[in-house]
Amino acid sequence: MSDSVVSISGLSKTFAKADITALDDISLEIGQREFVSLIGPSGCGKSTLLRAVGDIVEPTAGSVEVNGKPARRARLDGDYGIVFQAPVLYDWRTVAKNIALPLEMLGWDRARRVARVKEMVELVDLAGFEDHHPWQLSGGMQQRVSIARAFSFSPALLLMDEPFGALDEMTRERLNLELLRLWLETESTVIFVTHSISEAVFLSTRVVVMSARPGRVSAIVPIDLPQPRMAATREEARFFELVTEVREALHAGGADLA
Amino acid sequence: MTATALSRRAQDWLPAALVFAFGLVAWQWLLPDVVHVQRFLLPRFSAVMSTFWIERSSLFAAGWFTFKEALGGFVLGCSTAFIGALVLARWKPLGRAVLPYAIAANAIPIIAFAPITNAWFGLLSPWSKIVISAVLCFFPVLVNTLRGLTSVRPESLELMRSYAASEAQIFRRVRIPTSLPFVFTALKVACVLSMIGAVVGDYFGGSTTALGVQIQSSVALSRYETAWAAILVASILGIALYGSVALAERLVVGWHPSTREHRE
Repeated sequence: MSDSVVSISGLSKTFAKADITALDDISLEIGQREFVSLIGPSGCGKSTLLRAVGDIVEPTAGSVEVNGKPARRARLDGDYGIVFQAPVLYDWRTVAKNIALPLEMLGWDRARRVARVKEMVELVDLAGFEDHHPWQLSGGMQQRVSIARAFSFSPALLLMDEPFGALDEMTRERLNLELLRLWLETESTVIFVTHSISEAVFLSTRVVVMSARPGRVSAIVPIDLPQPRMAATREEARFFELVTEVREALHAGGADLA
Repeated sequence: MTATALSRRAQDWLPAALVFAFGLVAWQWLLPDVVHVQRFLLPRFSAVMSTFWIERSSLFAAGWFTFKEALGGFVLGCSTAFIGALVLARWKPLGRAVLPYAIAANAIPIIAFAPITNAWFGLLSPWSKIVISAVLCFFPVLVNTLRGLTSVRPESLELMRSYAASEAQIFRRVRIPTSLPFVFTALKVACVLSMIGAVVGDYFGGSTTALGVQIQSSVALSRYETAWAAILVASILGIALYGSVALAERLVVGWHPSTREHRE
């Protein structure tokens, strides 16, 4: 498929030291402007899969292409932005300087950086906090800075590793909506790792259900909820049907959901 | 500052001020008059202060002489340790080979080498004191800086990898800033050690203008007030050096939790 943003074929990853097969023969195509969630029990390798796409871990076998290039080339070209469960902000930098970090690395000049940071700060609703340091912000605000940083250089692809996993339910639902708005506005492609079935269904255009030991794709559930999604989407009958469908796929994959 | 803030401030300082006042009273009257501590053990506070005032110019000349030795050792030891830590953090196998010895060296009483450096560099040369001070400063700074440089969280490195950052960029933007709080903790230890190194180095012999030599000869000549006044000078200089390092810490790592006064 030539219009794939991410093309994974026959991907396997073995950690020799621990003798663990984290990923076993994964193949997956992700098209432009898709929002794909990876969900599965602990140890199913969803974070490892995300890192293989970002060329942060090297696969044992198989290949990953991003924007039609090998993953390594794509990383060196700055083709993706990444967000972790922890915000990973630098305490010695202000909010504005944290958001500007990738722009500095890409060699943008000062005027361009300042203009873009201003734009991003407004986009994630942090205007007025530019000169604060990360430790002066709440957890939710810190994660918004981290998301602004990932989107700041307009990468075609966003990799998100449980970005809202450490936040309370209220903050999480608000940030879900903000993320969807950002995704629609920036026309980017998102790969999103999560533990939460409802979060996966609410955000995604497709949910990839994985099973553990070895990590495999056990089901792919297309999410046909209309866009743009709103808080009320969570109360629609179709939403609950899809949540049930994903939950059953998880159980079928051997996930022990107590 | 408002009146209430001022009074709250006064309340914070009151216990410490009381202890200070009690210490002076004990030194001046309680110990000599009530406990009958002899003059050669501890002269009266007023006697030490008047000697300090009379001999202030020679005392501070001696103090400055020794302070320069301490400062030279501090700068030399800390800068080589910082560079050494950068090298060990950059080439990890080297770090793994050297670190156990650095930690062991950190635990031995290096001051015991003072007579040896006197023999190596000459009794009267300031270098014998500079080197012992430098060696004293070196190991704590090396070990702490290395710990700081390598205590970067993995996601931080993954983030830099996603930006295709070079090793040099990772050091400049992540490792070195992360290490700075560790570095300043070590510098505060080192500045105290550097004064100890210089003064104790003097005890094993040195120029007659050196503070340690003056303390020793004053004791030998039963001029106890002069010895105590010289110790006072060493204390003032030591505290001034520590204060400067602490001030630099506030300026450089003001963003770090340990230096923040008001958390929001």
